[in-house]
Amino acid sequence: MTDVEPHSTDHYSDAALDHLTRPRNAGTLAQPSGTGADANPSCGDRTVITVAVSDGHVQAVRFRTFGCTAAIASASVLTELAVGLPVDDAARLEPADILNALGGLPARKESCALMAIGALRGALLDASVRAPR
Amino acid sequence: MRRVYLDHAATTPVDPEVALLMAQVLREVPGNPSSIYAEGRRARALVDRAREEVAQAIGADPAEIVFTSGGTEADNLALRGVLKAREGEADGIVTTAIEHHAVLDTAHDLEAHGQARVSVIGVDRDGRVAPAAVGAAIDDRTAIVSVMHGNNEIGTLQPIAAIGAICRERGVTFHSDAVQTVGALEIDVRSLAVDLLSVNAHKFYGPKGVGALYVRTGTRIATVQTGGGQEKGRRTGTENVAGVVGLGAALRIAAARRVTESARQAALRDTLIAGIRARIPEATLTGHPTDRLPNNASFCFRGTQGEALVVSLDLEGFSVSSGSACTSGNTDPSHVLLALGLERDLAQGSLRLTLGRSTSDADVDALLAVLPPIVARLRAASGIAA
Repeated sequence: MTDVEPHSTDHYSDAALDHLTRPRNAGTLAQPSGTGADANPSCGDRTVITVAVSDGHVQAVRFRTFGCTAAIASASVLTELAVGLPVDDAARLEPADILNALGGLPARKESCALMAIGALRGALLDASVRAPR
Repeated sequence: MRRVYLDHAATTPVDPEVALLMAQVLREVPGNPSSIYAEGRRARALVDRAREEVAQAIGADPAEIVFTSGGTEADNLALRGVLKAREGEADGIVTTAIEHHAVLDTAHDLEAHGQARVSVIGVDRDGRVAPAAVGAAIDDRTAIVSVMHGNNEIGTLQPIAAIGAICRERGVTFHSDAVQTVGALEIDVRSLAVDLLSVNAHKFYGPKGVGALYVRTGTRIATVQTGGGQEKGRRTGTENVAGVVGLGAALRIAAARRVTESARQAALRDTLIAGIRARIPEATLTGHPTDRLPNNASFCFRGTQGEALVVSLDLEGFSVSSGSACTSGNTDPSHVLLALGLERDLAQGSLRLTLGRSTSDADVDALLAVLPPIVARLRAASGIAA
């Protein structure tokens, strides 16, 4: 008999699904050093990230995402990637880092990683502008 | 994990009796219905019997049934066929904002190619079309009015008989896409006053890829595809014998079960709707509160996004769908939900639960147990409280 369960690659990784069901660092910092937001106007998804920065390092990150599985998982995993990093290193995180950490996203969803990065960079920029010199 | 299938508006599993019958036809009936020797005659007899079964289920004459490859082709044949038959004398299409893409996109495609003028009628907050609005949109060059019977997303039923009466009085051909209602509700094409009605086998436990268009005797309609002249020239191409047999059998079985099964599903639907409203704050029921498909419970949950709801429920073993599928990366919320006047953000959080023969009280209870924490989690992640 011919196999009727052909292999499908267009699905979420276990890691992405884990971030959907157990989002890390969801919420908003009460007194953030900086706040950044990004949106995908084509689908209405949006993410807000707040960061706490001190001693040149990212001490804490929180995210809020209104959006699909990929959008939530991207922001959630990004908070884990960014926390503890020197600010300059956090600002250099890229969508590819999110995709690596999640074990990939369905091809049509890769722009969701870009939205999370945009929100984080905005928050770090906001923190640098606000920081006392 | 036990799976609970609650997406019967998308498709239904093939009835085991239908599957057996189709397999038997595939194995034992090799003939082409157009051949005049024994194998062909046998295939022809099966197609004829299926035509009678479909006709009987909707109150039509067998000669008024045209087999197609499904609901989309039936809708295309209705609109394109009528416009083509009336070329040079009438070019107006009157339809509604909540039609299936098979109708709306066909109408707009005809318009884009200069073959039709399209008037799209809005709906009220419950998704209902006002018959008077249809009457007002008809002019002396209107060729066809197309209004669906039951909406696939929100379940709202339209006053088809009243609209049909207006069309008949005005002498305009009336088409209804009844893909969601055939098999679930009593359909009598005479009392509905429809000239054309689309039927799709896989919505009532028949096979995918086969459907029918009811064409009332005397309706002016031209063929869309050309070829060997099957189906009295109205839909040419060798008949899908096994599929057509499956369509006929599935509709015969559905008609026999309809009264008890639709009442059973409607009671479960009401339990589901009441349970969701009791357990989840700001659960917005979409569609008409009472005049809706017996198996449809559809909601929007502010602060959630439909794809995340669907994926989360899938992980818990439930197969459901959303009007905001977000599959292409460029997804507007469903045109149906926007036509209701829902704001975009609210429309994003849509969830459609559609029950079927297999749905039990326990399935509904299980869904009611898992859905509230999922909505709460997504609302917590979005920060958009109810």
